[in-house]
Amino acid sequence: MTYILIIISAVFVNNIVLSQFLGICPFLGVSKKVNTALGMSAAVTFVMVLATFVTYLLNEYLLEPMHLTFLQTISFILIIATLVQMVEIVLKKVSHALYEALGVFLPLITTNCCVLGVSMMALDLPSKFSFVSETSLGLAIVFAFANSLAFGLALTIFAGIREQLQLTELPKRLEGTPISLIAAGLLALAFMGFSGLV
Amino acid sequence: MADIKNLTRGIIKENPIFVLLLGMCPTLGVTTSGTNGLGMGLATMFVLILSNLFISLLKNLIPDKVRIPAFIVIIASFVTIVQLLMEAYVPSLYEQLGLYIPLIVVNCIILGRAEAFANKNGVIDSIFDGIGMGLGFTMSLTLLGLVRELLGAGTIFNYNIFNLFGISDPQMMLVFILPPGAFLVLAYLIAIIRKN
Repeated sequence: MTYILIIISAVFVNNIVLSQFLGICPFLGVSKKVNTALGMSAAVTFVMVLATFVTYLLNEYLLEPMHLTFLQTISFILIIATLVQMVEIVLKKVSHALYEALGVFLPLITTNCCVLGVSMMALDLPSKFSFVSETSLGLAIVFAFANSLAFGLALTIFAGIREQLQLTELPKRLEGTPISLIAAGLLALAFMGFSGLV
Repeated sequence: MADIKNLTRGIIKENPIFVLLLGMCPTLGVTTSGTNGLGMGLATMFVLILSNLFISLLKNLIPDKVRIPAFIVIIASFVTIVQLLMEAYVPSLYEQLGLYIPLIVVNCIILGRAEAFANKNGVIDSIFDGIGMGLGFTMSLTLLGLVRELLGAGTIFNYNIFNLFGISDPQMMLVFILPPGAFLVLAYLIAIIRKN
């Protein structure tokens, strides 16, 4: 039950993009077409779950026992950067088709703040969810997966809206970024309807 | 040589938020009030100036192939310093900004300036660039925070301006403090400021 509540809460109520503003850069950058949005979402899912798994273990068994938690920021970002590189190399060898599909998006993920943000939030779940009493590895991974779903959902919906937006005529000043931001604002407004669900 | 243009460029002509559109996550996330925007802007400016300084000093020592990881480590060190300083001296602001402080590491402006400017220019120029870009970023965040605070809560830097006009209980538009307001206010500010 806790797992389902975490997923609903992360995907709809506290959507990582639309209510916490993490991962805005890819949200605005790679949302011009639905296909690229799906590719990006898949790559983020992969890296986010893997990164949270590794950073959680690192924090639990190395940083906490040795009182090195002030190194969290540095070590986490390095792990994410290395992981992205590694995933790229492994994918290239193992599954060339998947590499072709995700390849372009992988380097972008290093500077995607939602990966670092989620791996940090996953360390302290009880402060985010009243129904969670203690963080565990399982919960952290479900949390990461749920957030990557949330990212994918927001990105895909937004890409769909933007495909339509390209066909409309607009005042010159609103063309491009401003109208995309307004669309994102309205989407965020719609997602606020879910608040109070969990 | 050191050029004053490097200082002024970041403030208006290449303003990181309204013109370059970099560093959107903290811009939208923390600007629920003018104070938060100002605090986040100053923290980012601190990191930006020091990382520009150190990267321009070390640019000849860092091998070209591993420059991005090296830059990230330098930036992350300064972010950790800011984090600890803020926790010690401004704990209430630290609580408010929360997760967004460690996330300065992945702010595109800092890595962007390191790669595009500090990696190619001298020390003084890089510091000027850091100050200029930092000021541009801080001013934009404060402006966005102030507009949202004024529309959403009727205050400016926590000072209730409606009291001046004898209105004791103004009905404000709370939505501007909530997430959708961030997108809408930024959209209209960009539309107003941009040149066509």
